[in-house]
Amino acid sequence: MPPNVSPPPHFRKPLLETPFHARARELAQTDHFLPWAGYTTVEVFTSVEQEYFAIRNATTLYDLTPMVKYRIAGPDAVDYLNRLVTRDIRKLKPGRVSYVVWCNDRGHLIDDGTVFRLGAEEFRLCTAERQLDWLLDSSLGFDVEIEEVTTEIAALAVQGPTSCFVLKRFGLAGVERLKVFEIGEYTAGGRPIMVSRTGFTGDLGYELWMRPGDAGSVWDDLMAAGKTRGIRAIGSQALNMARIEAGFLLPNVDFVNAEHTVRVGRARSPLELGLGWLVEFDKPHFNGRRALLEERRRGLKRLLVGLDVSGNKPAHNALLYAEQAGRREVGSVTSALWSPTCKRNIALALIEAPHYAPGTTLWADIYLNRELVWERRMARSTVVDRPFFAPDRRRATPPADR
Amino acid sequence: MSDAGSSAATRRLDCIVIGGGHNGLVCATYLARAGRSVLVLEAAGRVGGAAVTREFAPGYRVSAGAHLLHLMPRALMDELGLAGQGFTYAGRDLPTTAIAAGLAPLPIGAPGQAALQAVSPRDAAAYPAFSARLRRFAVALYPLLDSIPPRLGSDAWTDRIALLKLGWRIRTLGRREMRELLRIIGMNAYDLIADELETPRLQGALGFDAVLGTNFGPRAPGTVLTLLTRLAAESAAGSSPLAQPRGGLGALSEALAKAAVAAGATVRTGTRVARIRVQADRAVGVVLDSGESIDAGTVISNADAKSTFFKLLGTRHLDTGFVRKVDHLRSRGLAAKLHLALDRLPSFPGLPIAALGGRLLIAPSLDYIERAWDHSKYGECSSAPTLEITLPTVNDPSLAPAGRHVLSAIVQYVPYQPAAGWAAERARYTDVVLATLEAHAPGLRSTVTATEFLTPADLEREFGMSGGHWHHGDLAFDQFYMVRPVPGAAQYRTPVTGLYLCGASCHPGGGVMGLAGRNAARAVLRKAA
Amino acid sequence: MAAVRSPRGRRHDVIVIGAGHNGLVAACYLSRAGLDVLVLERNEYIGGAAVSRRLYGDFTYSNCSYVCSLLRPEIMRGLELPRHGLQIIPYEGGCTLMRDGGHLALYDNHDALRREICRHSKRDAEAYERFSTDVIRQCKFIKPLLMREPPDPTSFRPRDLMELLYLGQRLNATGEDRMYDTLRFWTMSAADFLDEYFESEIVKAHFAGSSIIGTALGPRSPGTAYVLLHHYMGDIDDTVGAWGFARGGMGAVTQALSASLQASGGCIRAAAPVERILVKHGRARGVALASGEEITASTVVSNMDVKRTFLDTVEPEHLPAEFLTAVRRFKIRGSSGKLNIALDGLPRFPAIPEGAPCIRGDLHLTDTVEMMERAYDDWKQGRWSAAPYVDMLIPSQIDPTMAPEGEHYMSVFVQYCPYALADGPWTEAKRTAFGATVIDAIARQSPDFKSLILHAEIRTPWDIENEVGLTEGNIFQGELTMDQLLFNRPVPGYAQYSTPLAGLYLSGSTTHPGGGVMGAPGANAARRILRDLGRAA
Repeated sequence: MPPNVSPPPHFRKPLLETPFHARARELAQTDHFLPWAGYTTVEVFTSVEQEYFAIRNATTLYDLTPMVKYRIAGPDAVDYLNRLVTRDIRKLKPGRVSYVVWCNDRGHLIDDGTVFRLGAEEFRLCTAERQLDWLLDSSLGFDVEIEEVTTEIAALAVQGPTSCFVLKRFGLAGVERLKVFEIGEYTAGGRPIMVSRTGFTGDLGYELWMRPGDAGSVWDDLMAAGKTRGIRAIGSQALNMARIEAGFLLPNVDFVNAEHTVRVGRARSPLELGLGWLVEFDKPHFNGRRALLEERRRGLKRLLVGLDVSGNKPAHNALLYAEQAGRREVGSVTSALWSPTCKRNIALALIEAPHYAPGTTLWADIYLNRELVWERRMARSTVVDRPFFAPDRRRATPPADR
Repeated sequence: MSDAGSSAATRRLDCIVIGGGHNGLVCATYLARAGRSVLVLEAAGRVGGAAVTREFAPGYRVSAGAHLLHLMPRALMDELGLAGQGFTYAGRDLPTTAIAAGLAPLPIGAPGQAALQAVSPRDAAAYPAFSARLRRFAVALYPLLDSIPPRLGSDAWTDRIALLKLGWRIRTLGRREMRELLRIIGMNAYDLIADELETPRLQGALGFDAVLGTNFGPRAPGTVLTLLTRLAAESAAGSSPLAQPRGGLGALSEALAKAAVAAGATVRTGTRVARIRVQADRAVGVVLDSGESIDAGTVISNADAKSTFFKLLGTRHLDTGFVRKVDHLRSRGLAAKLHLALDRLPSFPGLPIAALGGRLLIAPSLDYIERAWDHSKYGECSSAPTLEITLPTVNDPSLAPAGRHVLSAIVQYVPYQPAAGWAAERARYTDVVLATLEAHAPGLRSTVTATEFLTPADLEREFGMSGGHWHHGDLAFDQFYMVRPVPGAAQYRTPVTGLYLCGASCHPGGGVMGLAGRNAARAVLRKAA
Repeated sequence: MAAVRSPRGRRHDVIVIGAGHNGLVAACYLSRAGLDVLVLERNEYIGGAAVSRRLYGDFTYSNCSYVCSLLRPEIMRGLELPRHGLQIIPYEGGCTLMRDGGHLALYDNHDALRREICRHSKRDAEAYERFSTDVIRQCKFIKPLLMREPPDPTSFRPRDLMELLYLGQRLNATGEDRMYDTLRFWTMSAADFLDEYFESEIVKAHFAGSSIIGTALGPRSPGTAYVLLHHYMGDIDDTVGAWGFARGGMGAVTQALSASLQASGGCIRAAAPVERILVKHGRARGVALASGEEITASTVVSNMDVKRTFLDTVEPEHLPAEFLTAVRRFKIRGSSGKLNIALDGLPRFPAIPEGAPCIRGDLHLTDTVEMMERAYDDWKQGRWSAAPYVDMLIPSQIDPTMAPEGEHYMSVFVQYCPYALADGPWTEAKRTAFGATVIDAIARQSPDFKSLILHAEIRTPWDIENEVGLTEGNIFQGELTMDQLLFNRPVPGYAQYSTPLAGLYLSGSTTHPGGGVMGAPGANAARRILRDLGRAA
């Protein structure tokens, strides 16, 4: 943007641009943009397939800047976060990251995100959606400061089997020693960069956190460093394919913020979403604990599971039936994908008790548009474990160069 | 939670009651009678909370908070055996008189029929029927006050039956009366009263009872509900319920404490609870200011909801949504208390001496009350406040040196925090109130030898009530019954197992009534059963 | 406006008194069920308070109601109003202009709106999500009740019991938390309600506006949260809470209804004021016009409010004394005024940024809840508000039919303006002074406003009563307070459109679910009548 020109007002241009936008704009051949948390972001740069395979085969850049970031600091920061989220934050050491979810009083999921412990009393919480109202109301009675810092930090996900190699070449010496969910502070070309070994692809990968002013040059230097390793920018569609394979959930796709549901019965608990492993009942009180205990006692009414669907047509939005005749509806698909890496037709689906047991056979009602003629297919599906794809390189430290 | 140095009590207590206010003491008595070991912990040097008698000027004593007894059900007092604990009345069946500058005083109620006839034959004809109808509604609603509110959407039969009973009780009024009750219960007092009566002083007196202790003027919808709540409690307190305990309201508290002790409870005064102890998500006792820790199976807080959850318990033991609701509980005070030491009995023109022992109301019209409220909406003190005046020494000379008198007045509306700050406003506003009194009792000011003016902020400090609110929270439809003090704590139980509320922030609210205490005891015992 | 005259002396099945929108809705449904329906309108023109009037030059004034949202979609569809010419065009946003030169606008775009609210409070921008979620949750519960007869809770008739059960079940199905929310929502003050969401005064003030429109209560009066909700109950093409203009002014609504009625064989007579409802053997059997003409019908539907119907048009001896007392006690209070202004150009509002679309929405001048409450205090004292709350729109920016090109029509709804002034009756001078108060208030935000005024129609509640026939000029035909909703509206025991007089029904917004150009009371009344006549709707 040329200097001394103020950006157009929000009523003319509601979406903001990230510090990477100019770079992304140049590469976005298909002109597919998508709003995310108030920013315009790229949905597809060139071809979803090519971008997807770069995640699984090479190195990719994904602009994470719109991810909402909060700085949470103060003497009660640990207690505050521990009451907010279901995991035990006391166990999170400085320099490490934790994937967390948080619930309302009824034990229903509000959102998920990652907590970075930056110091004894300082944390960063990253979420896909804005949460200030809930975070501030949760701070009543705690000596803690909460501040949204989204615009102060530019973020870039660098993911793929060769990502460690690219980062080393880029100048992050020692980045190979970073373990999964670990944070490291580096300097590259005079630019301070915080790196966390985290990501949304289920593959080897890192997330880079930097000053917005450095964003452009970091992008350029990474592109240069990864040129021989097939680096490319990816849009949210390719990322979505990877996250389904990895079994990660997406807000407003696999669940709705419980505080924003209008209809009765649309809110979901972390137990129902298969995130029971994130709920640590043996820590001090946290939001929704009593309700979740009660839910555990009564047994789950439904569960989000993996589904292996016969055939090769993704079961987008399919209703699921207990029998091929399609009489008893027992759930529906929330995310579906033909997995190019697993060579399986996979889906995430929310299924009523008792049909969610692994190995259960269900029938997915799939509608296919074949040259404008709609056909209906009852596809035999099997409840399977998640994730669908979890390569060893994801955790290997140090990672291989190729 | 680590609490070193737990008390070396030989036996773990069943119940601790935090706060020896009247509801705490009533609750303790019922729990003790049910065989529970009960310890009452009171921060002040004496029991009673806002029902206390204390000296405000050398030789002059006054009921520093509530100054009349009219809401406590007769049956409750009998059950507690207060007469046997030395409780006596200095005055009973006290009259209420509406006074207005320049007009003859108007006695309210049955004794005032003749006077009313002279002012308005129409009202003299209408008032008895109107008041009888309200009383019928009050009687029908009383059981509501005397029971634990049901939970909505619960599949427990106790809740369903309670809801059905509520519906049935209203139906048994008969079709016409039920219709009328369902119409007026959501109304504002102003319209209801103005529809039936025309005499401004009579209207004002009824309107005053509808808004006493609420942060609303008589035009606010919902004030008929507060009027009916008051009448419902009074209906169980006797046909002419206004009374003055001998020795002031503090004497009632002392009798309540004796009743509690007689039932087997222990009462410790001068013992401030610092916090409620929680272990494995349940309340297990308290820690005192002194650092002493006392364990108990159940902790019952007589403190208001905000103090209990925010100060004594701590929000970390609660969910955000619940905390948000507690935070939203409206509990900013609106009434102040004025105490005057007088070197002789004041004279209100035209007021018979006998009426001086009763309740005097300066609320000459509904519009007067509404205007008084209008000021407080903007953080101002009313330039013409409404006053409920008693001269307790008329019935009980022991409260002042021989021949001297005490005037005690509830002043409404007084903001919790005036825009200009209390430091700037206190003297000015005391003067406004004194001038108001002087206008109705010429010469009164010259007889004043000492003045104490307790603002809502002072009441908060002295009695530990959040916001200095008379009722521990506004009485209004959205803070009533099943949603009082907040959804999720309206059955006296709180989200923390083993922690209960028993104070005025619970149903049925404030005033020296005692029903919140008894209902809370029932809730504790029901849970255990 | 042409009205179809019926042949004199013909016997009709149904007479509807008043060609307001509810009367016409009722008439349409009854006519479509095969009844011979005659609608009688006292004015020369039809429409009641949903009219488009030419009072100055080539300008069209929606001189009573001025925007449309609440009109039930099932009525528009069922009566084929679009086919009869009705078009509703949604408008975007709205804006409150602040005394310090700032503003708060509402935008349809989610991100623009968030950034707009962020200018005042970051937290409020996010609390807005919670606010709208909660409001929509309540609307979802209430909406299906609009087109139903409220049950009589004192009755043991199977129909009432079933309806009570239905209500109970619906409420129960929302779950414990929302039941408490509902309980509180229906009884709270708008100020307290908004305090539970927002910290910024301007944000609260903006949303508090709809809690006082047409209501003789202030934002701090309990029950006003419901009034706020009442204004969110409408939707345009499934966008909850959206408001729009009827193309051609609000008269387009009643013109389409009139066309729909005529298409099914119904008749309307304008300039036919009804003086009396004829009663014989305890049942209504027709009406007598001011002209002396008598028209008989076995069913009479009054679209007038309950006071006008029973205190002015039926002889008291036909009615139980208790019923009359209840009617007298029903509160219909004049609290709103209206200015309709022809402008020689679009006024400039320096507080609104160049090019911001919010100027096409509803504009307000009240930037704190306190200012609104003080405006109410004036009303209580029998004065019009010195600093009134105004809801002003310039529909000619969107609807080209309203004004000549380059010129504009501005509708200014004013709260509060009393029906009866403390210092004696309304006079021409006082009306002018009232108008000047409003115009001055607008001019403080728009320097060129006064110079653009070509013509201004100033309407006090007293004028509205006299011209439209609404008691005290109350736009809802009765306050929307707790004691006057559902089974209490208008009179306990008579909340199901029937009256103590057999054959006489009410169809106006004096009945459940109340006011606004909604049509639900008319439709519900028609359904009730058809049931009583043993006909299928």
